[in-house]
Amino acid sequence: MSTTNEPATLRGKHLLGIADLTPEEIVLILDTADAMKEVGSRAIKKVPALRGRTVVNLFFEPSTRTRTSFEIAEKRLSADTLNLAVASSSVVKGESLADTVHNIEAMSPDMIVMRHASSGACEFLSRICKSRIVNAGDGMHEHPTQALLDAYTIRSHKGRIAGLKVAILGDLLHSRVLRSNLLLLRKLGAEVWVCGPPTLMPPGIERYGVHPTTSVDDAVRDADVVMMLRIQLERMQGLFFPSLREYFSVFGMTPERVALATPDAIIMHPGPMNRGVEIDSAVADAPNSVILEQVSNGVAVRMAVLYLLAGGSEA
Amino acid sequence: MTTLVMDASRMARTIARIAHEIAERHRSLETLAFAGVRTRGVPLAQRISRQLAEIGGVEVPVGMLDITLYRDDLMRQPVGPQPLVRRTEIPFSIDDRRILLVDDVLYTGRTVRAALDALIDFGRPKAIHLVVLVDRGHRELPVKADYVGKNLPTSLEQSVQVRFVETDGVDEVTLQGEAS
Repeated sequence: MSTTNEPATLRGKHLLGIADLTPEEIVLILDTADAMKEVGSRAIKKVPALRGRTVVNLFFEPSTRTRTSFEIAEKRLSADTLNLAVASSSVVKGESLADTVHNIEAMSPDMIVMRHASSGACEFLSRICKSRIVNAGDGMHEHPTQALLDAYTIRSHKGRIAGLKVAILGDLLHSRVLRSNLLLLRKLGAEVWVCGPPTLMPPGIERYGVHPTTSVDDAVRDADVVMMLRIQLERMQGLFFPSLREYFSVFGMTPERVALATPDAIIMHPGPMNRGVEIDSAVADAPNSVILEQVSNGVAVRMAVLYLLAGGSEA
Repeated sequence: MTTLVMDASRMARTIARIAHEIAERHRSLETLAFAGVRTRGVPLAQRISRQLAEIGGVEVPVGMLDITLYRDDLMRQPVGPQPLVRRTEIPFSIDDRRILLVDDVLYTGRTVRAALDALIDFGRPKAIHLVVLVDRGHRELPVKADYVGKNLPTSLEQSVQVRFVETDGVDEVTLQGEAS
């Protein structure tokens, strides 16, 4: 064999959140994703790396993009995949999360990719089962693979993360994407501005070392990256702003507002978009919008995470 | 104990000879392409390609192959670090070409097995030939090189280090450890 078998390791067995990762581990995932991205550009988009491994995708919340992305990533690595959606599972018959997972574990999968409406559900799972756990979004806590694919996309356009001004605008209160992104971007040294109506501003957000503001202009001015977050209508039982139309007029991302950013700024959105609410169609479809690129990068980043965790540490 | 097997000038002559052998055996260089196994198969392939350009006046393209995801020892242990994956770059179609697969050292043959699997995923080459700078023996798979820089008898306890200026700052081949 050649002599370059440097090990590539994440310290943890699981990927529960960006909070657990060191900057070096984040860079390792992004570098590995770079190699994985090439696999997706081949005529035969498949490598035998996870042959014989079983991955269960356990989704307790509706998701098309993330679930599909994980499934494609698993298939490109030759893992055997199984999708369990809550609507068709025994959870609706009253089974507890622990029981559901113990039953799945009895069939000895190697990894479980889980999305759940409760914050901390993945951490709970990691304590009660032997499989490696990948968090695909838990409540309002974290969505680590989304933050990783966002960072990958930023890095592929800007060549770096450190020192960039990143403006994140939208529903800051309900967003697990925001939390994971703040942790990651700060760990890699970006300057982060967050902007939204006061009612959607999480108390104590300054603790992340970010600049909170209610002024879109201040947030976007000279930004290298403008990231919109979805207004999560389904999580809003109370009234956070008078109307969607008013939200758009004050906070919606329009070409005029984008013009305040650096000339080569990129526009990002984790999807699904509410056109005409947080983002103008003209911005979403502009040449500097990388929204669909984020989706394709998601597959490469998830392949990297699955590959690195399949080895895993002794922990 | 470290023995110098090849110094820079010896290495240059060996690479030149391999290039001449390739030119001799292939009437047309137009259908050839190199696939260097990362890391040190790549600078070796680039050097042979440069020599071929001088001999035959044809630029034979060089691709980079990372075989990590095809290794037969991946996932053999329940835990343990994964080997680092690097990018594969084959910027040409390998269909119907004669591919010269290049690696620095031929040992067990497992890297070559993985590289063959990786290459086949890119298309159907007309043929694949194996080029190595050092063949140190101890094959575990039925693999034989078509172009060999040097046959180096070794014991299992020894290790062979190939270094290139591009990757290591120096051109040399050394042998470490005691012969048994």
